[in-house]
Amino acid sequence: MSVLVYIEHADGSVKKNSLEAVSYAKALSDKQGEGEVIAVALGSVAQEELVKVGHAGASKVVHVNDEKLNAGIIQAHSEALAQVYGKVGAKTLILAKSSLGDAVAARLAVKLNAGLVSNVVELPVTASGYKVKRSIYTGKAFAETIVNKEHKILAVKKNAVDLKTDGSDAAVETVTLDIHAENFATKITSTDKAKGDVLLPEADIVVSGGRGMKGPENWGMIEDLAKELGAATGCSKPVSDIGWRPHHEHVGQTGVKVAPSLYIAVGISGAIQHLAGVNSSKCIVVINKDADAPFFKAADYGIVGDAFEVLPKLTEAVKALK
Amino acid sequence: MKILVCITHVPDTTSKIQFTENNTKFDKNGVQFIIGPYDDYALARAVELKEQLGASLTVLNVGEAETEPTLRKALAIGADDAIRINAFPKDSLFVANQIAAIAKQNNYDLIMMGRESIDFNGGMVHGMVGEMLGIPSISPVMKLEIDGDTVKMAREIEGGKEYLEAKLPLIAGCQEPIAEWKIPNMRGIMSARTKPLQVLEPVSDETATNVTTYQLPPAKGAVKLIDKDNVAELVKLLKNEAKVL
Ligand SMILES: Cc1cc2nc3c(=O)[nH]c(=O)nc-3n(C[C@H](O)[C@H](O)[C@H](O)COP(=O)(O)OP(=O)(O)OC[C@H]3O[C@@H](n4cnc5c(N)ncnc54)[C@H](O)[C@@H]3O)c2cc1C
Ligand SMILES: Cc1cc2nc3c(=O)[nH]c(=O)nc-3n(C[C@H](O)[C@H](O)[C@H](O)COP(=O)(O)OP(=O)(O)OC[C@H]3O[C@@H](n4cnc5c(N)ncnc54)[C@H](O)[C@@H]3O)c2cc1C
Repeated sequence: MSVLVYIEHADGSVKKNSLEAVSYAKALSDKQGEGEVIAVALGSVAQEELVKVGHAGASKVVHVNDEKLNAGIIQAHSEALAQVYGKVGAKTLILAKSSLGDAVAARLAVKLNAGLVSNVVELPVTASGYKVKRSIYTGKAFAETIVNKEHKILAVKKNAVDLKTDGSDAAVETVTLDIHAENFATKITSTDKAKGDVLLPEADIVVSGGRGMKGPENWGMIEDLAKELGAATGCSKPVSDIGWRPHHEHVGQTGVKVAPSLYIAVGISGAIQHLAGVNSSKCIVVINKDADAPFFKAADYGIVGDAFEVLPKLTEAVKALK
Repeated sequence: MKILVCITHVPDTTSKIQFTENNTKFDKNGVQFIIGPYDDYALARAVELKEQLGASLTVLNVGEAETEPTLRKALAIGADDAIRINAFPKDSLFVANQIAAIAKQNNYDLIMMGRESIDFNGGMVHGMVGEMLGIPSISPVMKLEIDGDTVKMAREIEGGKEYLEAKLPLIAGCQEPIAEWKIPNMRGIMSARTKPLQVLEPVSDETATNVTTYQLPPAKGAVKLIDKDNVAELVKLLKNEAKVL
């Protein structure tokens, strides 16, 4: 028996959320005796990088080193996973929740006749039925969910388990699959992606700005603080709607849902739809000049003050810490 | 050209989420239901495509009779007809099976959905239906243009976007800024009353999951305020108390 983990990689490295999924699988297997944890990587990625997946808890990585899989084509990825799943005789597949992961897992669930649960926040409990806790209503509630299919696919939310780093190197096995051409019917024509930035859904710290920042020319202050903290930058919906910031930075109900250790909100009022995207953060800091801004009710720490005065001081204070 | 838009009937985004009956049921008391915001984007784009291409536009919901006002609203926004599958939407697989059955009967060229529902946040019904029908499913789609039988799309990826192309038929899970939300006008509301709304029974009872109980997150403690002239104190607290630096 084994637990399979779908790992995503970008710019030559395995994504941190995928490594967390590997650690989740390892904890699951230790708890329930499900055997080996095997990760699957699709497309071109360096062997040394895959070996390191072992540190998070995998004993083996199956590498489908086919460059046609470099692009995240949903059908092709789900077909490749279904084949590997059959080969290794797994009964459970774990993946990190992501826009590609969700889409791939859904098709895979139909192929394998598996029960798919998304936004999983804890390890399953199997005392009576296979029960998983998942986040619903955009972080406003949880549902204990019984999976009634023999095969299970769990899409794990960030921070469901701690990332393990003390495992041994993984053995890498390169395999070749026969994936029918019809799975490549979708063609990716180009990609437009910020290089080198900390990715928002993966970030441990996020510094986010709202309409209180007054204009795009003031974002340097947000970026300076983010840089000092090694953080990703985010924004409220109106900020991306007016084009001050790119759409992929928009946090909230209708944007990216983040789950960092630290979320710093500057000049954001804290509308319920914005909070829906940040309520899984471990610690929230709010900087707003209005002491009655609703965001303070959802915050752990707050400063009532003008962002333009507070931000540079905060950046200096973080610098001084080092 | 035939377009199908699948819509959810979900609590308004400002709703206070509560449960009743020993935390086994969603408490609808005082809650207003709306078209899912992502489905609303899909619908808005579908109405534009309908006008541009002279397409027919059907909206579908899997839900009990209480969802009909939500379907009527979609008709008022511009759909031609509606289908309601008369069943409690037990889980994603249950819903996907019903949608796939309707799609097989009616041969839609384009099926548009939201990227995810805002109640159960699955983000999976489009992929499931795509696999059941053997056609591409793409999500989250933030731009969609039709050129003959080719669909040109932009898809959001972490840190940016990706441009892609595929042939009809296909399924798109939509999000902003694919189109601006449309508000129904008076004429739309009047005509929606007489547009056809067909009620069909479910074709399958299969599910993969069922919810036993719901929980609310623990209440947040009070905010600790730090003086704006003592920013260094905040950094200290973040390091030593919250341990997040
Ligand atoms: C269906 C739906 C979905 C939505 N989804 C989202 C979503 O996903 N994400 C999202 O963010 N919003 C979303 N919204 C919009 C949301 O309701 C709010 O309108 C939005 O979050 C407000 O953005 P803001 O806080 O930047 O702006 P405002 O509400 O205008 O707040 C600006 C804040 O900045 C403060 N400020 C002003 N000047 C300064 C200064 N110099 N220093 C410090 N503070 C200052 C003000 O006191 C104020 O609190 C959605 C709305 C709907 C209806
Ligand atoms: C009062 C109430 C109680 C519910 N209780 C449960 C429950 O206990 N467990 C449960 O799993 N679900 C429940 N649902 C159903 C839930 O709203 C979803 O329809 C279903 O669970 C699929 O959710 P998802 O998050 O996987 O959808 P996603 O995969 O996130 O949805 C993606 C897209 O699929 C389409 N879609 C999804 N659901 C429907 C639908 N019903 N009709 C038409 N199109 C749809 C929409 O376009 C949507 O944007 C309930 C709904 C209501 C109104």
